[in-house]
Amino acid sequence: MSVERVLRIESLRACAADTEILRGIDLEVRPGEVHAVMGPNGSGKSTLSHVLMGRPGYEVTGGSVTLDGVDLLGLTPWERAQAGLFLCLQHPIEVPGVSLEALLTEAARAGGRDPDAVREALATEAGSLGIDERLLDRPLNVDLSGGEKKRNEALQLGVLGARYAVLDEIDSGLDVDALATVSRRIQEATDEDGLGVLAITHFARLLEVLEPDRIHVLSRGTIRVTGGHELAEQLEAEGYAGVLGDAATEESETRVGLPHAAGFGEDPFA
Amino acid sequence: MAGEMRPCQIHQPSPARGRVLKRFTPDVSAALPGPDWMCTRRAAAVAGLGDVAHPDVGEEVWRYSRIDELDLERYLPSSQRPVANTGVDGFIADGAAATVVLCDGWIQSVYISEAATEADVLIGTVADLVSGPALLGAVLEAPVDLFGHLNRAFCPEPLAVVVPDGVRLDGPVVVVSHVATEGVAAFPRLVVHCGVDAEVAVVEVQTSDDVGALVAPVLEATVGRAGRLCHAVLQELGQRVWQMAHQEVHVGQDASGELFHAGLGGDYARTRTDSRLLGRGAECRITAAYFGDGAQALDYRTFLDHAAPDTVSELLFKGAVDDASRSVYTGLIRVRPEAVRTRANQTNRNIKLSPDAWAESVPNLEIETDDVMCSHASTISPVDADQRFYLESRGVPTIVAERLLLEGFFSEVVAAAPVPSVGDRLQRGLIEKLNRHSTVGAKGAV
Repeated sequence: MSVERVLRIESLRACAADTEILRGIDLEVRPGEVHAVMGPNGSGKSTLSHVLMGRPGYEVTGGSVTLDGVDLLGLTPWERAQAGLFLCLQHPIEVPGVSLEALLTEAARAGGRDPDAVREALATEAGSLGIDERLLDRPLNVDLSGGEKKRNEALQLGVLGARYAVLDEIDSGLDVDALATVSRRIQEATDEDGLGVLAITHFARLLEVLEPDRIHVLSRGTIRVTGGHELAEQLEAEGYAGVLGDAATEESETRVGLPHAAGFGEDPFA
Repeated sequence: MAGEMRPCQIHQPSPARGRVLKRFTPDVSAALPGPDWMCTRRAAAVAGLGDVAHPDVGEEVWRYSRIDELDLERYLPSSQRPVANTGVDGFIADGAAATVVLCDGWIQSVYISEAATEADVLIGTVADLVSGPALLGAVLEAPVDLFGHLNRAFCPEPLAVVVPDGVRLDGPVVVVSHVATEGVAAFPRLVVHCGVDAEVAVVEVQTSDDVGALVAPVLEATVGRAGRLCHAVLQELGQRVWQMAHQEVHVGQDASGELFHAGLGGDYARTRTDSRLLGRGAECRITAAYFGDGAQALDYRTFLDHAAPDTVSELLFKGAVDDASRSVYTGLIRVRPEAVRTRANQTNRNIKLSPDAWAESVPNLEIETDDVMCSHASTISPVDADQRFYLESRGVPTIVAERLLLEGFFSEVVAAAPVPSVGDRLQRGLIEKLNRHSTVGAKGAV
């Protein structure tokens, strides 16, 4: 009996600081598909990405998430990663004293993969992402520019060989060239390795380079509208208010006290 | 600070101050070897013991310590050369300019390389040196506390390392200071003089057998003009040893004193460091790592005295406490009125690995002049949750993530080791402790 290959989110509800942020999310991402989740500030985009990875500070209050049949919500964050999930953080954390190679070597060891193969995989990935190999020996994310940090995230995604990637605002802090490079690498992974992608973004510009199969608009903790590329054009032209009606103006109530919601860029649709 | 105690030579009986020590007697002291001048000094120190105040947790310098648990009468000063077969760790001694083994404070063996001999470096018992009387106690007129007094009264064989002016030794001088005897009170003493424009690295490896013992080592060091002294301690004492160490370092004009400490062992292990920057442009750097587990207590007190213009000090103490262990760091930077343009930084960072562990951090500044740049920082926190989550999100199990973070936390101290093998050995000791932490953590999680 073969397992159905899909990252399936069903009726997912979650709280942060006693405030319900996710109010029933339904989404399915299959291998090789790219899904974009868009939404105004405070709509729950980042919460969704953190809840999927199991970041402390969020409480799941209902629903389920399965990855190729595995119940993700019953796993610790590192087990979710080993199951094939990758979270590309909006703000990659600086970790002084820990090198990328040490991290990925331990990840390989924990997953039963060959730890000695990490160095070569790193060099290959660095080459395709245009990362200076000298950066590989630096402590994780320390003194890296915003663009370098995101390339570094894409690099880890490649080396770890995840099956599904959640990209949380991967376009923030990226210049045009870096965005193109990172997007190209992700496209390559979807086309060649069947990576399933859930790209969470505030801006439509990511969609121009990432070419999602489906676009979902998140508002007040639920997916309100789903569509194809025409939805991106509508968002570009009318903003969230145009697509969602008056719902977009009621977001501010959920913005208070979110543990990881800080640091969004300026809202061009406001 | 409680640094101002009267010297033992002054006899002003005030029985209320001290307690009578039954086992630290004139007879034991008188049985120790040495020339007349040395025996006379010991006798004076013993005679003065009754006037010495016993440490009290009420004093700032003993606050947070476990001094009230110490029963001195459980220990007997070493009165004869122990019969022990103390080895020298080749890992450290490789390429050494000299290797000395002390056992319970007695000099057991001395090896001096040809290069060091040719350079007229003097290494051996102070008793044999013509300059001995001047050298011993040169930087330490009065002991800072009871244990300094006891060292003065009961140190059997002070060890001298004298590097003549202009001599630069390539390899380190390795001093293995071992404690071997059950119930002993050991008083090793190391006197280091780094001459004008000389350069030397001294590595002290402090070890013990699995004995219940008290060891109170004293280091006296001077660095002459433009000299460069590195002194590193690898403290790897056994689990039942109490240590009360004192280091006094005087740094001359344009000279530098670099002190390094790796605190891993002991039941209660305390090091007090007094560093005085006495000449214009003198520098002192103190870098330390400590890791307590079980019921250990690791206790560090630093006094950095800027007494000349354009002096620089840089202190970095990084520690971790696991299980029910405790650590103390208190530091005072004093900038005297004449020490204009002083630059001084004092940083203490602690990671608490267990809810029962406890760390204390008290950095202080006492600045008596303007035109200085001083800073101090101290933190006590658990492992950073965001950093741990980040590593976990890449597929690294929680305990491995913590180990990586702790290795990372200590890496700047390891990198600062003055001799590479000292850094390696510290790293190895830390990893052993981290593995123990991981094992216990894994058991706890089941």
